[in-house]
Amino acid sequence: MTTVTAQVLLPGSAKGRLLVLEEALSFWGGFDPATGDILDVHHPQAGQNVKETVLALPETRGSGGTPASIAEAIRIGTAPVAFITAKPDINLVTGCRTAFALYGRTCPVYVLMPDDFAMLDSFAAATLRDDGRIELSSP
Amino acid sequence: MTASHTIELDDRDRALASGEAGKAMQLAMDLVVTAARVLRAKALIPVTFAHIDACFYNGQAHIDFARYLLDHGAKLAVPAWTNNGPVSLEQPGIHDDHEAAEFAANARQLMRLYIELGCRPVWTCAPYQLPDQPCLGDHIVAGESNAVAYYNSVLGARTNKYGDFLDVACALTGKAPLAGLHTDEGRRGKLLFRTDSIPDRFKSEAIFYHLLGFHIGRVAGSRVPVIDGLPATVSLDDQKAVSAAVAAAGGVTLWHGIGLTPEAPDMETAFGGIEPEEVVPVSVADLIAARDELSSGRDGPVEMVALGTPHFSYTEFAALMPLLAGRRVKENVKLYISTSRFVRDLAAQQGWIAELERAGATVITDTCTYFSPAVRGCKGRVMTNAAKWAYYAPGMLGVECCFGSLNECAETAVNGSVWRDPALWKDLAA
Repeated sequence: MTTVTAQVLLPGSAKGRLLVLEEALSFWGGFDPATGDILDVHHPQAGQNVKETVLALPETRGSGGTPASIAEAIRIGTAPVAFITAKPDINLVTGCRTAFALYGRTCPVYVLMPDDFAMLDSFAAATLRDDGRIELSSP
Repeated sequence: MTASHTIELDDRDRALASGEAGKAMQLAMDLVVTAARVLRAKALIPVTFAHIDACFYNGQAHIDFARYLLDHGAKLAVPAWTNNGPVSLEQPGIHDDHEAAEFAANARQLMRLYIELGCRPVWTCAPYQLPDQPCLGDHIVAGESNAVAYYNSVLGARTNKYGDFLDVACALTGKAPLAGLHTDEGRRGKLLFRTDSIPDRFKSEAIFYHLLGFHIGRVAGSRVPVIDGLPATVSLDDQKAVSAAVAAAGGVTLWHGIGLTPEAPDMETAFGGIEPEEVVPVSVADLIAARDELSSGRDGPVEMVALGTPHFSYTEFAALMPLLAGRRVKENVKLYISTSRFVRDLAAQQGWIAELERAGATVITDTCTYFSPAVRGCKGRVMTNAAKWAYYAPGMLGVECCFGSLNECAETAVNGSVWRDPALWKDLAA
């Protein structure tokens, strides 16, 4: 097991299968909150499902509709259990923070330094601690 | 390691954050402070105006958020105008298919909740066409990408691109994080685009500004582009076209035009005395490539012609009228023009709306042709004069799109088949 330390944008504890997106994703138009599927046909991981994963992605892209799509996925239960990004992402934080106020469900948002983010690929699962530690484990 | 650093708050900010004004205002303040933390802003700044995007329905969470605010004592601190919705409140008839009925009902419910919250229901993506605009240097809040670029660039008001919920939170608290385009440093030009190899005659054509914006958006990404060589006579409609296209094709939220836009009287000012990171000459071939990329469909019979993305202005109606005078849109072809109620009413006073309807056109308010189920049902070829429409439509609507000038669109609507204006393109032949 490897432990890395993240910057905590929204704290929380979470554990799940790690899904690492190779590219940024727009959650408005590129994602279906009803199912948790990645819809954007231009995205290399189109068709994958993010439900209950610890979702790592460089950042979100494009639309200002992203916070509402994230909140909607959290409401329905198709959202990831946590987000890890390589850049502080205001839309993810806004969506998760609002969903907490509306539905009482936490979805932590952590940011890793680029080098730490780059090595996520070689792990299969992640556990987030609310002090910012992320424990990574192999298959 | 947490992202906590000190953010200066005044007494009112602290009162809102502590919940003294109720849970809605507390959530709003929390969202603004959280955003400030993420953006590493040291302070919040007062804003004077907001254009709200969160009224655009995309799921129950949108409705739950607005309801939460209303149920917990939310009160707007500044005038807030609404972006268009995915449906029209005025024209329920354009959403008549059963599949869309539930979506349309929810979308209308959300729009009404924002009226209840005290927003001015202008329902337009081109709010800058209405009277009472923000001034140079005013700090404001906007989320709709073309409006963000227009406010920043053409009016010199200052806004970042605010996503859903945060836009409303800023309007409720009257504050935004002091970061990005709210700061002088964030507004400095980064890339220089030279247009001296483009023939002057083509620079007087509206289509040039759509193509230029599209090309620049592609190259600039999210960096601030500065455009040199534009005539000082460029119309507000053309500046709208640049704003919409740079935002759609890239992530541009501010552009400067030397001698044209208010923060770029000269190079020195536009770049803040620093050399451009890159100088990019714009060639005729770049514009032709942009045109071809925006025309995903081959020329041929059309099912629809879509005008007004962003919303058609009064002057665009004035330009369209002589093109359709005494003529009729071809049978089985739809000509849709989307605009705001405000501009529609001005055009109606001139008798233009009645004349357009007699010619077989449909004028849509409150929404965009792009989101109307009427367009969703269309699977054929669509012609448009808007780079933004042409860019998004093939992927999201599954239609073939032909991009052309307003004149070409009008002729195409009458002929029923894509018509190309040889005079328009002759200077651009490679």
